[in-house]
Amino acid sequence: MKVRVRYFASLREAFGSEETVEMPAGATLGELRDMLIARGGAHAERLGRDRALRGALDQAMADEARVIDEGAEVAFFPPVTGG
Amino acid sequence: MKPGARVRIQRADFDLAAEIAALRAGDAAVGAVVGFVGTVRDRNAGGAGEVQALELEHYPGMTEKAIEAMIDEALARFDVRAVRVIHRVGPMQPLEQIVLVAVTAANRGAAFQACEFLMDYLKTQAPFWKKEATADGARWVDARVEDDEALARWGIRAGNAAASARTGR
Repeated sequence: MKVRVRYFASLREAFGSEETVEMPAGATLGELRDMLIARGGAHAERLGRDRALRGALDQAMADEARVIDEGAEVAFFPPVTGG
Repeated sequence: MKPGARVRIQRADFDLAAEIAALRAGDAAVGAVVGFVGTVRDRNAGGAGEVQALELEHYPGMTEKAIEAMIDEALARFDVRAVRVIHRVGPMQPLEQIVLVAVTAANRGAAFQACEFLMDYLKTQAPFWKKEATADGARWVDARVEDDEALARWGIRAGNAAASARTGR
């Protein structure tokens, strides 16, 4: 299945603002992160497990154990710094 | 976004007095109004004048939903009458206003608490990112562990600055 993956702040600068990713049905947000890390290069560096990173599913903060549904909007971004 | 909305994300500045007047207009049950305004500092870890400008990015759509949800939570937790949150995005200069959280209540205790709760929540759960321009170039601002600790006082785990690195399952 295809999911829309959006990036913000430093990740947007590194990867562009969004892409469509083909992934297996039933995969979690954490598994998607691992798939992106497996590309190597900037993805491995910036999404790496040593990096503080937050994920959102359908525009709400989401745990990495959450399963991604077909057509979902996923986002990865650094810790937030508003206010 | 209509002027009376609970949440506004905008590039333009805001007028504190006008926002508070609108928030409490016609509500004679209000006996306390608390307004917090966050402003752009000219320094972060370094000295005066270190930060020349600030650029604020956000996640349109999610930002509004996240703040609406935290206002619902504040209304459930505290005896308050009305809440308004305005957050600016785009380029800003030191001394400018960034954020307003205004709360009305019958009594000051609930108003102070709700305002602080909303700011603690916003700092760690609303998708905004600050980029500072300095003489050495631009840099993304790091999240602070102290902000996670501030939200923990209300019994909520922020998981922002200390975002976990665990695997999917």
